[in-house]
Amino acid sequence: MEATFRPWYQQGWFYAFISLFLAAVLVLTGYRLSGPVFLQQLVNGLTIGSFYALIALGYTMVYGVLKLINFAHGDLFMSGAYLGFTFLGMLIGAGLSGQLLWYLLPIFLIVMVIVAIAGVVLERTAYRPLRRAGRLAPVVSALGASIFLENAVMLIYGAKYRSYPKEVIPDVRWAIGGARLTLMQVAMLVTAFLLMAALYIFIHYTRVGTAIRAVALDHDTSRLMGINVNGIITLVFVIGPALGAAGGIMVGLYYGRIYFTLGWVYGLKAFTAAILGGIGNIPGAMVGGLLLGIIEAFATGFVSDAWKNAIAFFILILILIFRPTGLLGERVAEKL
Amino acid sequence: MKDFIKRVDARWWYSAVAVLAILYPLIMIALYGQKSDRWIQVANFFFIYALLGLSLNIILGYAGLFQLGHAAFYAVGAYTTAILSTQFHIPILVLLPISGLVAMVFAVLISRPILHLRGDYLCIVTIGFGEIVRIALRNDVKSLVFLGKIPGLGFLTDALSDAVFTGGPNGIFGIARPGIPIGSLAERIKDLPILKVLGLAVRDHSLVLRGHTAYFYLFLAFVAFTIFAMRRLENSRLGRAWMCIREDELAAEAMGIDTVRAKLLAFAIGAAWAGVAGNLYASWVTVIAPETFSFWESCIMFCIVVLGGTGSIPGVLVGTVGMIVLPELLRTWLANIQQWRMLAFGTAMIVMMVFRPEGFWPSRRFRYELEAAREEVAGAQAG
Repeated sequence: MEATFRPWYQQGWFYAFISLFLAAVLVLTGYRLSGPVFLQQLVNGLTIGSFYALIALGYTMVYGVLKLINFAHGDLFMSGAYLGFTFLGMLIGAGLSGQLLWYLLPIFLIVMVIVAIAGVVLERTAYRPLRRAGRLAPVVSALGASIFLENAVMLIYGAKYRSYPKEVIPDVRWAIGGARLTLMQVAMLVTAFLLMAALYIFIHYTRVGTAIRAVALDHDTSRLMGINVNGIITLVFVIGPALGAAGGIMVGLYYGRIYFTLGWVYGLKAFTAAILGGIGNIPGAMVGGLLLGIIEAFATGFVSDAWKNAIAFFILILILIFRPTGLLGERVAEKL
Repeated sequence: MKDFIKRVDARWWYSAVAVLAILYPLIMIALYGQKSDRWIQVANFFFIYALLGLSLNIILGYAGLFQLGHAAFYAVGAYTTAILSTQFHIPILVLLPISGLVAMVFAVLISRPILHLRGDYLCIVTIGFGEIVRIALRNDVKSLVFLGKIPGLGFLTDALSDAVFTGGPNGIFGIARPGIPIGSLAERIKDLPILKVLGLAVRDHSLVLRGHTAYFYLFLAFVAFTIFAMRRLENSRLGRAWMCIREDELAAEAMGIDTVRAKLLAFAIGAAWAGVAGNLYASWVTVIAPETFSFWESCIMFCIVVLGGTGSIPGVLVGTVGMIVLPELLRTWLANIQQWRMLAFGTAMIVMMVFRPEGFWPSRRFRYELEAAREEVAGAQAG
């Protein structure tokens, strides 16, 4: 990360501008060619993509500081969805079903705190003892934790689908250029983008955020600089699962039903998104998530629903063949 | 005790294990009578997964390539067998090498463009291939009808609309069982009672495998052959090249090892073996479906190799006991608290890794590697 001089055409803002311009051109041509379907799939894709991005952040932050794929992250996300379901159910039981919307913010906060605690416990028990045990052992430990969480949730809530209460967010729809936009989608997009923006600002403009980036670069040097490395790792296991839990409640609200293998399905997608953007890179996870959502939505709309996951993986493989460290990943020579 | 183990010649241990393995079905029949079938079935699953674990061990254990999509090769082998057996009626034993070859060709084709990827990127790409294969099998060619909408490909609409190739989500039924032609001998032995005990039957002048016991011996023979082959492979020039790549790829390249060729061979041989395991599995259960080859299956194979001890043949066998036999034993032992079984299993995986991160029975070489890496870290911290 040395501060080298870069000419204007290599600056970040230039890339951002060019990307936005290309995206605008693509959207306009797409709209000219296929009209409302295109716009509809774009909206759907962005919504799903923002869920993927929220979950992918958990993968990418943990990978950034520990070089570990936290395969249990998807299950933390799933437990967030189930906890949200429990709290909403409790409120309905208390006769507050008309005002659920006003209680959403506290529910989000409580669930995020609980899942963050679970994440810290997970790190303490399953990952910290294995920090010097090579790269394969933590993967098995993570898979064990994933089995544990999945079956714990199945024992508590049962193996059947659970339905989120309907109409938590009022059913308001708008028609834009022939496509349908719901208040639900707007709420999801706004929440996801607020969370991601907050994270981005935290990581890039605060002292603690700087410490996180330092630990991601080099544990030993950070320790020499007086950074509490274990504290930072714990913090990462607070932020990642908390964002995942928020994503879990959002998925529950958006799709209306949850099941105990949810973590497996979304976890794999979010991990794909993190890799797509360049794992370890926080803006990369956001871009990767949105892009994966859009690819999936277009694959559903224009090709075939049955093949959407295969197409998403195929595009991922193509991108990795030409950019082996993802879209925004740093090109580092791996030391062996 | 340790002295005793050391004093007895290793050959005696091998012979004892071999004799026990050969007598296993008879012991089970003696102990459990009618219920013995279940334990022989568990043993057969053990053999299938041991084969898969040994094949993944080549890629993950020897060459150190992060492969989490091994179920794809297993699926290719099983479906090759199923399709050629049900549609073209080719005998299963002829298909044994063919399934291996098809899986090998498939592995070479897909792994060539991705060999330059490192670590976790390779991991997600192999997961991706695994998922693509499973989705393709589940969707069948019928779902490709949309291709007919492309101008100039209209003929595909008719050709594909009721084509059946992989059987979609239901999979393929009625796969033939392996048979050995024995000619006129069939007439003479067909009433022998021993055939029934061994799970064999005589049909159309050939000896057909029917029961779990017969498959037990087929699988046992194949696993024994695989272990022998792996031991030879481990100490061959190629095997040493793989371990060199696992330890330090740059140094391996500097020593004149063609790393691309060696990695490609790891994928090819590993996939061929998994394809053969697929053939054996398909002929045993005679019904296969795409969900048998899910991502979870790849994870089980991965855990078998790492739990047992990366790069170690006895380790893979112990790992298979842990991942395949242990859940079955827990089902019996924890009969009253059945639902806690998988919780215990997940916890056991974590505990095992925390206390023995190098695996249950690691190869000496891999243990040294881990220790060297740990000392390096410790040295850096002290200095």
